[in-house]
Amino acid sequence: MTTVTMTVNGRHVSADVEDRTLLVSYLRDTLGLTGTHVGCDTSQCGACVVHVDGRAIKSCTTLAVQVAGSQVTTIEGLSTGTELHPVQAAFRDNHGLQCGFCTPGMIMTSVDIISRHGAHVDEATVRHELEGNICRCTGYHNIVKSVLDAAGRMSVAEAAE
Amino acid sequence: MGVEGIGARVTRKEDKRFITGKGKYVDDIRLHGMTHAQFVRSPHAHARIRSIDPSAASAMPGVVAVLTGAELVGDKIGNLICGWMVHSKDGSPMKMGAWPAMAPETVRFVGQAVAVVIAETKDQARDAAEAVVVDYEELPAAVAILDAIAEGAPQLHPEAPGNRVYEWSIGDKDATEAAMSGAAHVVSMDITNNRLVPNAMEPRSAVAQYDAADDHLTLWTTSQNPHVARLVLSAFYNIAPENKLRVIAPDVGGGFGSKIYIYPEEIVALWASRKLERPVKWTADRTESFLTDAHGRDHITHAELAFDADHRILGLRVHTYANFGAYMSLFSSAVPTYLYATLLSGQYVIPQIYCEVDGVYTNTVAVDAYRGAGRPEAAFVIERLMEVAARQLRVDPAELRAKNFITQFPYQTPVILNYDTGDFHASLDAALKAADYAGFAARKSASAANGKLRGIGLSCYIEACGIAPSKAVGSLGAGVGLWESAEIRVNPVGTVEVLTGSHSHGQGHETTFAQLVSTRLGVSIDAVQVIHGDTDKVQFGMGTYGSRSGAVGMSAMVKALDKVEAKAKKIAAHLMEASEGDIVIEGGEVKVAGTDKKMPWALVALAAYTGHNLPEGMEPGLKEGTFYDPTNFTYPAGTYIAEVEIDPDTGKTSICSFTAADDFGNLINPTIVEGQVHGGIAQGIGQALLEGTIYDADGQLLTASYMDYAMPRADDLVSYTLTQTNTPCPGNPLGIKGCGEAGAIGSPPAIINAITNAIGHEHIAMPATPSRVWQAIHQALAAE
Repeated sequence: MTTVTMTVNGRHVSADVEDRTLLVSYLRDTLGLTGTHVGCDTSQCGACVVHVDGRAIKSCTTLAVQVAGSQVTTIEGLSTGTELHPVQAAFRDNHGLQCGFCTPGMIMTSVDIISRHGAHVDEATVRHELEGNICRCTGYHNIVKSVLDAAGRMSVAEAAE
Repeated sequence: MGVEGIGARVTRKEDKRFITGKGKYVDDIRLHGMTHAQFVRSPHAHARIRSIDPSAASAMPGVVAVLTGAELVGDKIGNLICGWMVHSKDGSPMKMGAWPAMAPETVRFVGQAVAVVIAETKDQARDAAEAVVVDYEELPAAVAILDAIAEGAPQLHPEAPGNRVYEWSIGDKDATEAAMSGAAHVVSMDITNNRLVPNAMEPRSAVAQYDAADDHLTLWTTSQNPHVARLVLSAFYNIAPENKLRVIAPDVGGGFGSKIYIYPEEIVALWASRKLERPVKWTADRTESFLTDAHGRDHITHAELAFDADHRILGLRVHTYANFGAYMSLFSSAVPTYLYATLLSGQYVIPQIYCEVDGVYTNTVAVDAYRGAGRPEAAFVIERLMEVAARQLRVDPAELRAKNFITQFPYQTPVILNYDTGDFHASLDAALKAADYAGFAARKSASAANGKLRGIGLSCYIEACGIAPSKAVGSLGAGVGLWESAEIRVNPVGTVEVLTGSHSHGQGHETTFAQLVSTRLGVSIDAVQVIHGDTDKVQFGMGTYGSRSGAVGMSAMVKALDKVEAKAKKIAAHLMEASEGDIVIEGGEVKVAGTDKKMPWALVALAAYTGHNLPEGMEPGLKEGTFYDPTNFTYPAGTYIAEVEIDPDTGKTSICSFTAADDFGNLINPTIVEGQVHGGIAQGIGQALLEGTIYDADGQLLTASYMDYAMPRADDLVSYTLTQTNTPCPGNPLGIKGCGEAGAIGSPPAIINAITNAIGHEHIAMPATPSRVWQAIHQALAAE
């Protein structure tokens, strides 16, 4: 057992975990943050994507002890109050989800894509960058549309700031 | 169409919880005192169990129990059933091998459970499962279809000599031979339909809770049809009587058919929970999903299509071997028979059709319905034959199809189905236009100038949805009726609850079902709550598969709404002293036509519940229920066109465009319909280009993770061009046909027709990987 301390969605948390405990298990089982999902166990599908110190990572192949001292953001912490994050809103408005299981990981990855590539990211880049997130429902058509729409919204929001 | 009613592109009501991480899937459930199950699974495709020694595992930290198949059988837990009886052409019933939820003596596929470890934590259960010692006597395995039916093949079940489940046929053999005998041209092909793994992104999961005080069990499970699950668990598996078993399917992360069935893990979780008086949870990891979820497709077919000198079809003869895996799954028997051979007429006038299907046992996991279920296999056979025939006859593939289209409806095919309506010319024309078919030659030349091979491929599919008239399926061997139930509850304040036997696992029922209520009762969709997936809340229902929730589930709602509306109108007429026939309900108000008399909808609802002033003899309350049994299947149809470009140096296929023109009848929410088509097309392209399920000769599944099984990813696909035509379905009150499976049915032949058009070589197996395409290009070159 190791005592691990980190900040999750702005909250300071500390717990004793086995060294083998995966970050996704820590989030889901210890903290009860079940919005982060496990779809494949092999870091292929991306249902488990969260942000660690502002970067998208796959929490199913990261140990909880590896992120000690870090800032972790999960889907539950993406928006503040009742206002949706622009990427969340874009997924809803563009029908970018069906069963919803891959959606938290898709959204967390999309936020990361837009933050790295900016408002003018193109479809080919979005498709290439989403390669590590698998969706079986949407055929990606509306997910790609959502990400492009969200990128536009975020640029407007940035311009307004 | 109102802003929120039928036909409106409203955003989904259910999305808020999914985009904020608040969805409630089975694996999210945590109960006080909950234990965790880990199954001990066979590493062999075929073996006898000599002994199981649980002693080391039992002594490990946190282990509550180690239970075996022998104990399960000893407790009289019933064998898994197949709920659709299919008879061979000699009249004998299909041959069923016994399938216990955990194997007591013999294992017949890699991954079959032989024991289960129940422990305090998941990790403890996993550690201990590795310590269970199972002594196996390995037996030779029959893995591929043709190996399993060969002389001297290892035999799976004593009940099924030659590993044959059945030898079934449909159509008139002699008449078909006579029709084809004088043909001017016969196109003949060997076709393999590749085995697929459904791969819903949410792995299967079950939580079972036994309440000893009430002797009552609750099961939360990843199911497309919780009521069917409860029925089967009660009636056949001896888990508990229906009144002592509640089944809940909460948010379910995709199904595609694979979550129709009641699997061994759910049975074991319930049995163990009662035995241990503790809640038991099991969640598959992805490799367990690959090893134990029912797979799809897996046919080997020889087919011949005969034409007269005028290029009109004379007859079709088909022989298919269908792989069922090691055991007959819940609805598996119907898939390569009544859901496959009945669709072989496609969109064409084919005077005679004869099809034989041999069902085969192999040492692989069970095969059952996967998105499309039989219909993709049928569309692939007829649409490959039509394309190849056009090439051999040197006519335009679109023209050959159009020349043979059915144009008069209703149309009785030679293979049971009676097409009620359609306009195949309209969808073909819409697709040709949207895909700029006429401009293909110029695009091909441009590709050639860049050293690339460009191809275009058509597919004119038809399918049967809205499964199904109970009497009809009963006469064909189904063990259940395929009606649907609905209950409409209007609350005293006028808000509405819809209780439905349909189950949403991505289809958006919470939105579309509310849209129907909004159209009928004039309330906002936010005033409508759709309740599903819980046997304690909804009395009974048949669930969601076969694109039936709109055509059957919503039709049931229409009938219940008719009753609610009739009663509300009677009350309003009484209160406003008007004639019942003059009452109209719209925009949240109940009005007397032609006058300024009106009252809010909510006050009519309230009046129903106060009972202070109701028409003489009327019962209080405003709640109505129905069971709706369809009168026919529905027949969505359309034309898909794929255009591809192939790099001859690498064999890599790139999709340039994909066009779909579908006729789904009337649409409730076009955005949701388009989403269904997008997803279906992606799965169809996956089958055509990427997804192959490979067992080695010993029965080891080599493609049991996402590192080995090629799921379609965003960069494998393109944005699709969609268009719709509409011939409303005459068989149901909303005129809708169903849209859930069309994409997966129509797209594989379009892609393969495009590839073979590009490379000038017809023999390419799915998935058409770069290496297969490269080899085919070189075979074509060598043949020249």
